[in-house]
Amino acid sequence: MNIPTNLKYTKTDEWFDPATGAMGLSDYAQGQLSDIVFVEIVVSTGETVAPGKPIASVESVKAAAETYASVGGKVVAVNEDLSGNPEILNTDPYVKGWMVKVEGAQASGLMDAAAYTKYCEERVH
Amino acid sequence: MTEPTIYELSSPGRTGVTFPVPDVPLAKLPQNLLRKELPLPELAEVDVVRHYIALSKYNYSVDDGLYPLGSCTMKYNPKINEDTARLPGFAYTHPLQPVETVQGNLALMFTLQEWLKEISGFAALTLQPAAGAHGELTGVLIMRAYHRDRGDPKRVRMLIPDSAHGTNPASSAMSNLEVVQIPSDARGNLDLVALKAACDDATVGLMLTNPNTLGLFDEHLEQVIKIVHDCGGLVYGDGANLNALLGILRPADVGFDVMHFNLHKTFSTPHGGGGPGSGPVGVSEKLADFLPAPLVGIIEEGSDEEPPLFGFVTPKKSIGRVKAFHGHFGMMVRTYTYISMHGPDGLRKIAEYAVLNANYVKARLKGVYTVPFDRICMHEFVVEGQWAEAPGIRALDVAKRLMDYDFHPPTNYFPLIVHEALMIEPTETENKRTLDAFADALLKIADEAKTTPSLLHEAPHKTPFGRMDEVKAARELVLCCWLPEDYGD
Amino acid sequence: MTYIPHSPKERDAMLAAIGVNYLEDLFKDIPAKHRYPKLDLPPALTEMEAAAELGELASGNENVQSDLVSFLGAGAYHHYIPAAVDHILRRGEFYTAYTPYQPEISQGTLQGIFEYQSLICALTGMEVSNASHYDGATAVAEAANMAYAQFRGKRSRVVISPTVHPQYRATMRTYIQGMGMELAGDDPNANLDAGPEALESLIDDNTALVIVQYPDFFGRVYDFAKLIEIAHARGALVCMTVNPTALGLLKTPGEMGADIVVGEGQPLGIPLSFGGPYLGFFTTRKQYIHKMAGRLVGETVDNRGQRAFVLTLTAREQHIKRERAISNICSNEGLMALAAALYLSLLGQTGLRQVAELCYHKAHYAAEQISKIKGFSLCFDAPFFHEFSVCCPRPVAELNDHLLEHGILGGYDLGQDYPALKDHMLVTVTEMNTRAEIDALVEILAEADHD
Repeated sequence: MNIPTNLKYTKTDEWFDPATGAMGLSDYAQGQLSDIVFVEIVVSTGETVAPGKPIASVESVKAAAETYASVGGKVVAVNEDLSGNPEILNTDPYVKGWMVKVEGAQASGLMDAAAYTKYCEERVH
Repeated sequence: MTEPTIYELSSPGRTGVTFPVPDVPLAKLPQNLLRKELPLPELAEVDVVRHYIALSKYNYSVDDGLYPLGSCTMKYNPKINEDTARLPGFAYTHPLQPVETVQGNLALMFTLQEWLKEISGFAALTLQPAAGAHGELTGVLIMRAYHRDRGDPKRVRMLIPDSAHGTNPASSAMSNLEVVQIPSDARGNLDLVALKAACDDATVGLMLTNPNTLGLFDEHLEQVIKIVHDCGGLVYGDGANLNALLGILRPADVGFDVMHFNLHKTFSTPHGGGGPGSGPVGVSEKLADFLPAPLVGIIEEGSDEEPPLFGFVTPKKSIGRVKAFHGHFGMMVRTYTYISMHGPDGLRKIAEYAVLNANYVKARLKGVYTVPFDRICMHEFVVEGQWAEAPGIRALDVAKRLMDYDFHPPTNYFPLIVHEALMIEPTETENKRTLDAFADALLKIADEAKTTPSLLHEAPHKTPFGRMDEVKAARELVLCCWLPEDYGD
Repeated sequence: MTYIPHSPKERDAMLAAIGVNYLEDLFKDIPAKHRYPKLDLPPALTEMEAAAELGELASGNENVQSDLVSFLGAGAYHHYIPAAVDHILRRGEFYTAYTPYQPEISQGTLQGIFEYQSLICALTGMEVSNASHYDGATAVAEAANMAYAQFRGKRSRVVISPTVHPQYRATMRTYIQGMGMELAGDDPNANLDAGPEALESLIDDNTALVIVQYPDFFGRVYDFAKLIEIAHARGALVCMTVNPTALGLLKTPGEMGADIVVGEGQPLGIPLSFGGPYLGFFTTRKQYIHKMAGRLVGETVDNRGQRAFVLTLTAREQHIKRERAISNICSNEGLMALAAALYLSLLGQTGLRQVAELCYHKAHYAAEQISKIKGFSLCFDAPFFHEFSVCCPRPVAELNDHLLEHGILGGYDLGQDYPALKDHMLVTVTEMNTRAEIDALVEILAEADHD
């Protein structure tokens, strides 16, 4: 399982990059969903999102999930590539698979990579 | 051995049916409103018949054998039902004919309303909803309208057990209600503590499937209903599992306020490869005024010499119409036929033997398959399709392998609260010999899982088609064998 | 009589295997005071008796095959159904199968639906069709639901033409009562002479969907291309509810630019059956597919390399998405969809065009003859397909009583739904009506005027 150390994580399996303000779905989450066939980003540029508010709706062959904002802030970019290429979330969840970028975010209450790794391992067993 | 599509079989200039030449003068066609082309296939009747017969052979059906899908009640569909529904007196009547010309239809519908009320204990009933989920939407809208009519519009939350069918939360969401999930306890009953905590003055009600999707009758049913009623909420009964209760318990007698029936489950109307169903809704007295319009009623009392005149009546505070016309009348004819042939004793036998069959199969599997809630079950039960000694084998593999033994698999991966669930509902129309063959197959598969797992992983082997590439289907999305010119633009 | 196959010996062996003595032992969880209610139902009949009783009930009706000549339509139509349709529908392999969740043993149903989707796309000129909704009315309601979801609730107005079937509009009102949607244009007192342009002023920046009927409830045919252009310019989607027989002849909604095309599929080989089961067909453009409710069949391959079909994009649906699904629909009208596929395959392009033309010519003949009767006139000037509105000199109910005495089922009384159309009859003519029948209708209507 790929859990980059420069990112912060939520209990609902989203990641946040404090350096760029990007957020998305973790590798663990994409693995659980399996083959993702549809992504809809449900927020737009300029909108302010609160932590825990849905930012995207994801559907795989067998499952569906909401992705929630890992932090609050003003949306400054939305990844337009995802809707046409939802499989990016399976192949590259952390780089090409970013969903939205926010500015002015406070990364409080999130797990670091070590804590998140432990959290994922607990659920596997 | 795949069958070509109907378009691949087409050849220009053929037709399967021709119509008489016009016997009236030809009118001028509106040239600016005509279509340019009509890309329908061109086949002779024999081509069409052979094509669909070829396709029919790729299907497994109740007429082929046991179809033990949990919560689907795939019982035998009596042939007489198909004949009665097609009687010209029924099949060739228009829904908007004057009521005087369709008294037979209306008498049948009125009587069926009365019978379903008697079977369930409810005070009033609509036959209009087209399917179970449609009945749910109807029932939920009635519950919502009732609270609003009482001047209590702040009730916005529907309580739904974690073992519920997905239609329950979806029907609530379509009525703009917030869904609160209630967990099950260790015996498969609804968790009373969680239920109590969730009930308050914002509760619309509880949607309860009983027996639930584990096949268990809630041991605290009366308490559950009381808790919801005490907070001012209503109790909705999902009638998907009514087959277990015919002649055994009338849901209204224990306090359910509203319930939908599935005529296509409990009352033997065929499933048709996914529909049509029929989802009548029964309600208690206090909800009767909110039923969809119209209902069938007596509009002129009869006498000794004259039968009453049946017609349509509109409840006072009706939520409105939930579809055009009067519901799935063809399914009502089949249900009427079925109930009339069973009578009160026959209906009770249905439930008794459905429950007998489920408990028998469970008894045969116990010890080899883990039964997570091992109580006397009702018409269905759930086992786990996994073993510590068979790593990598999942419920899906067991299900697929069953096809090699000429059985339809049970429902799998539902209810969501059991890992690797296989949900088995044999129904009452299967004899011991069939059930034994089914249990033997499942026991053999459990053995194969531990000794030759590849047999399961690659199953089915003997069916005309193997496992499907579902990722390709979803990613490439070919949904149509005829492609409009601008397709994909 | 029941369909329970157990012998007493088998039953006892099964009870013993379970470890109980009596069937009653299986029902101990049922609250005792309510257990085994006495049901007041008639005693059981044998099959022979049931067949007789149902025959008796059926003969209590006057049917349009042998008792009455019908000029009644208004959303349900008497058409010829080729014999082969029902022969195939009666294959147990089709009608006693469940939803095709196990594709390895359901390819018959799956390929049948795939072909149905293809045929419906061909007919409507649209890109994708689902596997069906309950009927035309619920398909229209689901279109509003879909548009609302497409705009994620940010547009809440639905504009519906008053010339959409009154029962469809009623169904729409029921469906949206829980949602925060506003319905505009649903006014039976509106100017019914007006064409599509009457809706233009109702379409605003908050409009999610505009709904029109084609041909409309009065049988009129309009080109909606301009209205659709205007709606699109304001960001709204447009749904057309269409009569499939008319599409054998008329310009497709796809060509006009509609985003969602739905309709009642009953005219495609499904008997009148007093209103159901019928078939709601539902199509859209590919870009909106994820917001379309209902099952979808897609092409794929199996692990042996064979072309095959599966239910696809199932994660949109209620069994996975639960309260986040767009609709709660589960059961659809599978067997009726198969009937429509059979009908369209048997008729093909030649047959369907022939039926559509027969309907058109016969209706126009009837309209011309009726309009010659003193006191009768056609209400509207717009082109029509196989239904037309007649302004009558007397109440429609009276005329229909008189027609019924002569074995004729008269048209629909429009005054029931539209106050301004008191004494207006909607007359429907299909290929089933002969010239002699039309002449008889005209003659009796003329008589009625003299009475």
